[in-house]
Amino acid sequence: MANKNPRIEAREQDPQMRRANFKEVCLGYTDEEAMLEATRCLQCRNPKCVPACPVNIRIPAFIAETAQGHFAEAAGIIARDSCLPAVCGRVCPQETQCEGHCILGIKGQPVNIGKLERFVADYNREHGAVFLTKEPANGRRVAIVGSGPAGLSCAHDLAKNGYEVTIFEALHKAGGVLEYGIPEFRLPKRTVVKYEIDNLKQLGVRIETNVIIGRTLTVDALLDEEAFDAVFIASGAGLPKFMNIPGENLNGVVSANEFLTRNNLMRAYEATSDTPIYTGRRVAVVGGGNVAMDAARSALRLGAEVTVVYRRTEKELPARVEEVHHAKEEGVMFRMLCNPVTVLGDERGWVRGLRCVRMELGAPDESGRRSPVVISGSEFEMATDVVIMSLGTSPNPLIASTTKGLAIDRRQCIVADEHGATSRKGVFAGGDIVTGAATVILAMGAGRNAAAAIHRFLTKPATPLVSTD
Amino acid sequence: MCAQAADGKSSGGLIVEKRTLAENIYLMKVYAPRIAKAALPGQFVIVRASEHGERIPLTISDYDAVRGIVTLVTQVVGVSSRLICLKAEGERLTDIAGPLGRPSEFVHKTPSELMSGHWLFVGGGLGTAPIYPQVKWLHTRGATVDVVVGAKSASLLIFQEEMKAVCRALYIATDDGSVGQKGLVTDVIRRLVEENRQSYDTVVAIGPMIMMKFVAQLAQQYQIPSVVSMNTLMVDGTGMCGACRVTVGGKTQFTCVDGPEFDGALVDFDEAMRRQTMYREIEINGK
Repeated sequence: MANKNPRIEAREQDPQMRRANFKEVCLGYTDEEAMLEATRCLQCRNPKCVPACPVNIRIPAFIAETAQGHFAEAAGIIARDSCLPAVCGRVCPQETQCEGHCILGIKGQPVNIGKLERFVADYNREHGAVFLTKEPANGRRVAIVGSGPAGLSCAHDLAKNGYEVTIFEALHKAGGVLEYGIPEFRLPKRTVVKYEIDNLKQLGVRIETNVIIGRTLTVDALLDEEAFDAVFIASGAGLPKFMNIPGENLNGVVSANEFLTRNNLMRAYEATSDTPIYTGRRVAVVGGGNVAMDAARSALRLGAEVTVVYRRTEKELPARVEEVHHAKEEGVMFRMLCNPVTVLGDERGWVRGLRCVRMELGAPDESGRRSPVVISGSEFEMATDVVIMSLGTSPNPLIASTTKGLAIDRRQCIVADEHGATSRKGVFAGGDIVTGAATVILAMGAGRNAAAAIHRFLTKPATPLVSTD
Repeated sequence: MCAQAADGKSSGGLIVEKRTLAENIYLMKVYAPRIAKAALPGQFVIVRASEHGERIPLTISDYDAVRGIVTLVTQVVGVSSRLICLKAEGERLTDIAGPLGRPSEFVHKTPSELMSGHWLFVGGGLGTAPIYPQVKWLHTRGATVDVVVGAKSASLLIFQEEMKAVCRALYIATDDGSVGQKGLVTDVIRRLVEENRQSYDTVVAIGPMIMMKFVAQLAQQYQIPSVVSMNTLMVDGTGMCGACRVTVGGKTQFTCVDGPEFDGALVDFDEAMRRQTMYREIEINGK
């Protein structure tokens, strides 16, 4: 059924409109658009897209059903491998995963797998099909620490296999980065995220909010006192990094985590929310990842003039191409090859600007990336009222420091093998707390792997997966 | 398994008792069994009073693991604290999470170190409540503890009787002289150290930042180590946002995970006081 139709891009809110609201940018496919795009799939006998997906969704199969207009069947196929299709269809870096390996992409444009997944998941949500089949209860109890993508996907697989699963969430709302990190205009909370989490609850997964593992309860207490048979630690990325330059604690300097948490989790952009947020007239966002783009585009929607400051060139921006493209369309400005050296303050201690140096790309380092080098004598000042530091995170030491015998590496990340097994028997870990900050889908993949490993561990306790202690 | 509320919020949040301690200052006993069991002196909780409410850090003023109750003392200072204070006995806090932060250093001391130790605690205004569990903890372990409490006037004095029961001596300073010594807590400390020749191993101060700043300065002058509890802005309170960062000994620290208690001699109070005002204008004028 392959054909030479051009790839169908999903309709989007007009950039001039959307830069002033928090409604979703992508408007998605109509039924016809989805069916037509689905006919472009070559239905490869040995598909490259499936192994390129961290949770191995049977992509050609769900696309074949979509092409026939069998949207519920398509959703059923996705549901076998993914518990968060409406999320992944929106936030996955498809260009480096499924779509990046699509055969059509070699000579032309790959199938729009992400938007098809989004369509199928949304169609299903709106038409009420649910996939709640599960094995009978096996009497085993698993505790999951954190309700972000890793925790949710692990809970999903274990619940379907008959486990009694409790997720402990430190914040007042479940979802982890889906709630506090990714903005509404990329991932609607009250429809998409809430629905996916409600589905998990329907599967019998219990979510306890306001429980900080390491403080309210320890991992040891979960195993010894609360009688869980295994624990999966998926506590997420952790503490925001700063540059350690002068002026960084001036009023008006915030981490991207703080800015986004205020706006997403606490909904500061809505008049009804008691949580304040400050942008001033001009905002500088330091960094070039997806989080930097989210912060920049949020600040823009709050009414500020926004510039992203990044020390390499556009080619090296770690953010997804689509996010950079959207940010530019909306009017975010970019200052490449530029690095702040001082945050400048006024006499009241508020930010008034950044002193920056210009950079050039030097010789490639060990990782093969050309590292930026300061051009001497290139200092200049740029005026800004707010600086949002988006430089990544370092792991929160809370769980490692309160759990007996849990090994951590040099970066303070929890050490886990490819199945999620840690140095402590019965304790598994995955997602950002193991890898450092990464993507939603990689965390989901880690959650799935850990679920499989926990299943093996609890069904064959005599033969642990790996030699641990 | 611990008791669990029907909506999955394990920590309860039911206000089992509420009392007015002084004008605009309220004491609430909240059912939160896991928090009460895990709490140690020096720690705090995050509270939300409504679905649209801010996450507000409150230092734990007492805890009872047997009854599953933590005591919180709050004062009306802005919109969010008013919402918490408006909650009535029998109502529930929308959220309560904790205990957060590191416990006070002294919980790691040996029994003999505690027995031989001399502490001076200084509480200012609402800060009187959070020093209570610390004083009590030390007192029950045989430490010698003197307490200085400062308030604007007699009518705003809190925890007087409770405190008297757990310390060697309680000294009071009020701005208007309506009770105790007229003046500041630092005047009392000066008198204790210079006239009464009292010697202390550690001074612990909790209260307004400006008070902690001057107590820490005075302690340094007397070469007594000081500990202060920083009441910075916070959003999540678990290390995720960095709103609570303070400069301690030239290094940036997160109050929620590295603190809330720090060496008073090393804290940059002027920066901390300035950072506290970051959202004041928005809070006054609205968004």
